[in-house]
Amino acid sequence: MSITSLWVVVEPSQDSFTTTSLELLSHARSLATNVSAITWGSGATFAAQAGEYGAMTLYDVGALDGSLPGVPVASAIAALVQSAGAPDAILVPTSYDGRDIAGRLSARLDRPVLTNVTGLSDEGGLVTEHPVFGGTQTVKARFTGEGPGIIVVRAKSFVSESAGASTAAVVAAPVGETANTASARIANSHVEERTGPKLEDAAVVVSGGRGLGEAEKYSMIEEAAKLLNGAPGASRAIVDAGWVPYSYQVGQTGKTVKPTVYIACGISGATQHMVGMKGSKNIVAINKDADAPIFQIADFGIVGDVHKVLPALIEVLKTRA
Amino acid sequence: MNVVVCVKQIPDPAAPQSLDASHNLDRSGKLILDEADTYGVEMALQLVDKAGSGEVTVVSMGSASDVAGLRNALAMGAAKAVIVSDDSLRGSDSLGTAKVLAAVIGRDMPDLILCATESSDGYTGTTPVQLAELLGLPSVTFAKSVVVEGGSLKVDRQTEAGYDEVTSPLPALVTVTAGVVEPRYASFKGIMAAKNKPVEVLSVADLGLAGAVGQAGARQEITEVVAAESRQAGEKYVDEGDGAEKIVAFLESIKVL
Ligand SMILES: Cc1cc2nc3c(=O)[nH]c(=O)nc-3n(C[C@H](O)[C@H](O)[C@H](O)COP(=O)(O)OP(=O)(O)OC[C@H]3O[C@@H](n4cnc5c(N)ncnc54)[C@H](O)[C@@H]3O)c2cc1C
Ligand SMILES: Cc1cc2nc3c(=O)[nH]c(=O)nc-3n(C[C@H](O)[C@H](O)[C@H](O)COP(=O)(O)OP(=O)(O)OC[C@H]3O[C@@H](n4cnc5c(N)ncnc54)[C@H](O)[C@@H]3O)c2cc1C
Repeated sequence: MSITSLWVVVEPSQDSFTTTSLELLSHARSLATNVSAITWGSGATFAAQAGEYGAMTLYDVGALDGSLPGVPVASAIAALVQSAGAPDAILVPTSYDGRDIAGRLSARLDRPVLTNVTGLSDEGGLVTEHPVFGGTQTVKARFTGEGPGIIVVRAKSFVSESAGASTAAVVAAPVGETANTASARIANSHVEERTGPKLEDAAVVVSGGRGLGEAEKYSMIEEAAKLLNGAPGASRAIVDAGWVPYSYQVGQTGKTVKPTVYIACGISGATQHMVGMKGSKNIVAINKDADAPIFQIADFGIVGDVHKVLPALIEVLKTRA
Repeated sequence: MNVVVCVKQIPDPAAPQSLDASHNLDRSGKLILDEADTYGVEMALQLVDKAGSGEVTVVSMGSASDVAGLRNALAMGAAKAVIVSDDSLRGSDSLGTAKVLAAVIGRDMPDLILCATESSDGYTGTTPVQLAELLGLPSVTFAKSVVVEGGSLKVDRQTEAGYDEVTSPLPALVTVTAGVVEPRYASFKGIMAAKNKPVEVLSVADLGLAGAVGQAGARQEITEVVAAESRQAGEKYVDEGDGAEKIVAFLESIKVL
């Protein structure tokens, strides 16, 4: 059975869809001739972008009036499956709202979800790839029952590429029955100021771990990142310790990054950290323990004290700035 | 206020893990309480304490051959535990798991259900929201803080850009992130008391779910497990005061500088 139709949930952000949404659209169009996208909020204003990346139709759920997206978007998709017919599968980006939408939709349609997917191919039906045990092994899986299966894909699994196609036709997709489930509402949004490139888009990522010793020393990571035009990242150990916000975390439960160079400072290289950064083009590690696991995947390693190497690096970079 | 915390007993994540012949996670060794769930247990205990009445129940699906993890939650202060244990549940997917949890929790709806944002072993992160939908409840995922006030819920929810203040009526389901609260260590008194607290063991038949859950209901299968591409270690130098210059030279060689 070949794949004819795929739906992709595309998440609006400030002035475009999120990068992961575009990665999914790009890949979907390589697998199916008929690709539709589903969005909400300001998403319909980016119909040209949805079309450019491969969607012929952009279903618009519209304004959510403060509701969290999970319930209304899932209910609109469930209604669409009824009215427009089921696609072969529905692709959803791994994100806070993406996971909510996938979970709600799965229970509503009584269809399974495959999550943490990093690869998707057509082998006489869709086959998903999931990294397990810190990315040392890959599990391949497929749906066995009636579709549409729901596939939640991690960031950076595919390359986002414009197809140069024309704008997508916007079609309204009204919210269906939600009973009492849509009653969680956003009262206020807080934006934490961050300057410089975004962690998941930066060409250079400088990350710090517990080896920095104390929260104040994280400023060295920020300074080095800034001088390299990069973004600062972190291991979970220092996120849990409250040194930096969760949005800085790289790894299995954090972000996936694939920069040109990833510089790990005082990070041991736990499997759950490595699964989020081992796709980087180059990896540099600074660690005082010559046997730290991070050195097993580092292209360039310095066995040394971050409190000496980092200040020296910052000095050299300053003289070149 | 009554709070249910969904907790999972898992193989120690620090020990080497493997898949068995039928591609399920090998769970034959000792099981522990998933650390990710200790935050929910602590949060629940604090909320019930603040409300001044009610109790915390932990609900789990998995093998009851070892319930040390549940005893751990009871020793922290939960009043009772319910575990659904059945050979037919091996190979459940997340929706099947949610159906089992919904059947247990739906018997006596609490005011609040707490889960972790994702477990440490399967980490699909979808079970809690599936559970909320099956129970017809609102949900707020990725909570950094949870306050109950006048019968409704106030949650700070992690977002890409920062956080949102979210309100919801009760009953509701909330998933908490690691680090929201500092989980307490069980006291000696708590550990002794836990020995006499009820642990109810249920089967799939007890819940009337036979045939709908477990591998039979999973509708997805692992076709293959292959070794992932591995990276090779490159050059490594001991810093002799020249580490920074060496890094700069490397960055130049890859044209980052
Ligand atoms: C389910 C689950 C999910 C997880 N998800 C993630 C995730 O998404 N991301 C993540 O990062 N972790 C994750 N973890 C945690 C992970 O297992 C590790 O605990 C964590 O990555 C360790 O962080 P670290 O390397 O900073 O700390 P440590 O492991 O404590 O390492 C500190 C390192 O610093 C070195 N060091 C100490 N002092 C110095 C010095 N002066 N100079 C140079 N080096 C020094 C030490 O040699 C050591 O190698 C997860 C764990 C679980 C169980
Ligand atoms: C490596 C691996 C990959 C997998 N991939 C998939 C997949 O893609 N799709 C799929 O459907 N299944 C998958 N599974 C199976 C899935 O992990 C199990 O079905 C599991 O029972 C459900 O969830 P989880 O551990 O992923 O839970 P999560 O959704 O990550 O758990 C979040 C929270 O839900 C609650 N919870 C979850 N399970 C239980 C439980 N048994 N008892 C009590 N509370 C619980 C806990 O509060 C937990 O912290 C995978 C399993 C493994 C080992």
